[in-house]
Amino acid sequence: MSDAPANPIQDEDPPPVEDAAEDGGVRGALIRYGIGLVLATGLSAGSFLLPSTGLVYAPALPVALVVMAIAQMGVHLVFFLHITTGPDNTNNVLALAFGVLIVFLIMAGSLWIMANLNHNMMSMTQIMSMQR
Amino acid sequence: MSAAADPRPLGGNRADRRGPSTGAGRDGPASTRIVVGFGFWIFLLSDIVMFSAFFAAYAVLAGATAGGPSGLQLFDLKSVAWETGCLLLSSFACGVASVGATLKSFRIFQIAMAATFVLGALFLGLEIKEFVGLVARGAGPQRSAFLSAFFALVGCHGLHVTIGLLWLLTMMAQVQSKGFREDIQRRILCFNLFWHALDIIWVGVFTIVYLLGAGL
Repeated sequence: MSDAPANPIQDEDPPPVEDAAEDGGVRGALIRYGIGLVLATGLSAGSFLLPSTGLVYAPALPVALVVMAIAQMGVHLVFFLHITTGPDNTNNVLALAFGVLIVFLIMAGSLWIMANLNHNMMSMTQIMSMQR
Repeated sequence: MSAAADPRPLGGNRADRRGPSTGAGRDGPASTRIVVGFGFWIFLLSDIVMFSAFFAAYAVLAGATAGGPSGLQLFDLKSVAWETGCLLLSSFACGVASVGATLKSFRIFQIAMAATFVLGALFLGLEIKEFVGLVARGAGPQRSAFLSAFFALVGCHGLHVTIGLLWLLTMMAQVQSKGFREDIQRRILCFNLFWHALDIIWVGVFTIVYLLGAGL
């Protein structure tokens, strides 16, 4: 019974968790930033150089570029913003998932609706000929 | 431990605690650092949602050049590559500054923040040079819907970088005058999140606007 707290909700803050001190210390933190920099540089350089190399079938180029961009965003999230699967990150990951959903809905929804509108819209020349 | 004791008291059993609370609700309230980081993360996500609306507008209007110049004729990918490099290195320098703040080392923190500022200002300078060049060629935001969307999206990102640079200088001054206090450390954390999030948005900008735009 002695270890059951009288007031279970803590009033004082526990000492802050230094995110560099969690695993590997300062060295580990620097190494993580370094890995992130190398990966992000590689993906950026790849995105810029890919169109001129001709390694990718030209019509597939936009998809390849978008995939590399998403990969680089992942690298930034993990190595720079320290989004992890750790227990202190559950809330951040859930908020991120919701944000990604909204971003997807806005982007894909706008493109879909506008493409559909353009498709169904009468062309300007047809409208002109009807007015005559 | 008597049998009558509640094994799962509200806010968690202190005996079960494995360390500081994680904010997952099991071990009582999280530390202020985690709460502040979470709150700022929510703000950043709302900012990203706002940017996604600008991205959607650009993607819809990218072909609406109204007989004016298209992205293929306007964009100078070499300058964009330099901008990307500047922003990426400044993001790394910002990370080094956060390590300096953890170590409470004024020298590492201030030098890394100064490097972040110089690289960020270089990025901004290149972007302003590009904008001035476009307007001088008659390709200002009033030329076509495509250019309106372009200036709105890229200009909004540039505005964020400008605000970030002002914030960066404020943090350097605050650390110099107040030291690495708890609240200053939390502000440094928020600034770090902000700066890295700007880099994430730039990844979207250079891919969707410049690389795909130049390929259209």
